[in-house]
Amino acid sequence: MNKVEESIKDLSEIRSMMERSSKFLSLSGLSGVSAGIVALLGSACAYWYRDVYVSGDKDFFQFLLLDAAAVFILAVGLAVLFSTRMAKKNNLPVWDHTAKHLTNSLLTPLITGGFFCVLLWYHGDVRLIVPAMLVFYGLALNNCSKLTVSEIQYLALGEIVLGLLAMVFPQSWLLLWALGFGALHIVYGALLYVKYER
Amino acid sequence: MKNLLQQLNQMFENRVRLAIMSILVVNDGMDFNSLKSTLGLTDGNLASHVATLEKHHYVSVTKKFVGKKPLTTYAATSPGRKALSEHLDALEEIIRQTQ
Repeated sequence: MNKVEESIKDLSEIRSMMERSSKFLSLSGLSGVSAGIVALLGSACAYWYRDVYVSGDKDFFQFLLLDAAAVFILAVGLAVLFSTRMAKKNNLPVWDHTAKHLTNSLLTPLITGGFFCVLLWYHGDVRLIVPAMLVFYGLALNNCSKLTVSEIQYLALGEIVLGLLAMVFPQSWLLLWALGFGALHIVYGALLYVKYER
Repeated sequence: MKNLLQQLNQMFENRVRLAIMSILVVNDGMDFNSLKSTLGLTDGNLASHVATLEKHHYVSVTKKFVGKKPLTTYAATSPGRKALSEHLDALEEIIRQTQ
């Protein structure tokens, strides 16, 4: 029946327009995988540095700061690169209002977390920095779960749980950091890639 | 079935107008250029369809200036939301009756 076919087409058009206009759908799984690999490399560097140089806590802390900054910049750069590529492939605009909306929701908790960590360091509570990083990152992801692929909420939950675990087991901070920013990103990115992009 | 077909809103027989309304009911308001890039339309095409929706009071238009640039923002009105929702119900009913 012609009218029925048309109705089905209309419904799917409505659905796609509602989703496309309110969600940023070009978030590539490959950005998750690459961010995870970069984070694992960063943790490996930190582990290696702690083993080789035991020249003092202050020295190690400075190295960690540089290491984390490098990981952050590389991971964000690769995420932007892969998302741009995916948007081009699907003929969608990259920097549209959904991308802006997503960035806003992500940055508010993330910048708060950044200042929080700096203040923890200022007060000498360095043991709380890794748990705070994981928890704030998890909350930031959770904050934008309505604005992009819904699977991101599981990643958010994972980060929050690991952050709380890091609070319980402060001596395992490097392992938990590597699990949260490395392993979780890789698993999440790979699942996303298999589900949407292959 | 005949009765059902009459419930379909003729305004939404055009797929562009249907798409515009779908976008505006899930977003609080959207400016002309975002709407244009989401739909992949030309200026003239989008303007004429939005004008039709506005004439039927399905869409409200706000014009303001950001610096020196004019910014036109569109939003769905409550009659517009109601009309789309009824249109959706009718579409669903048509599909349900043939199953």
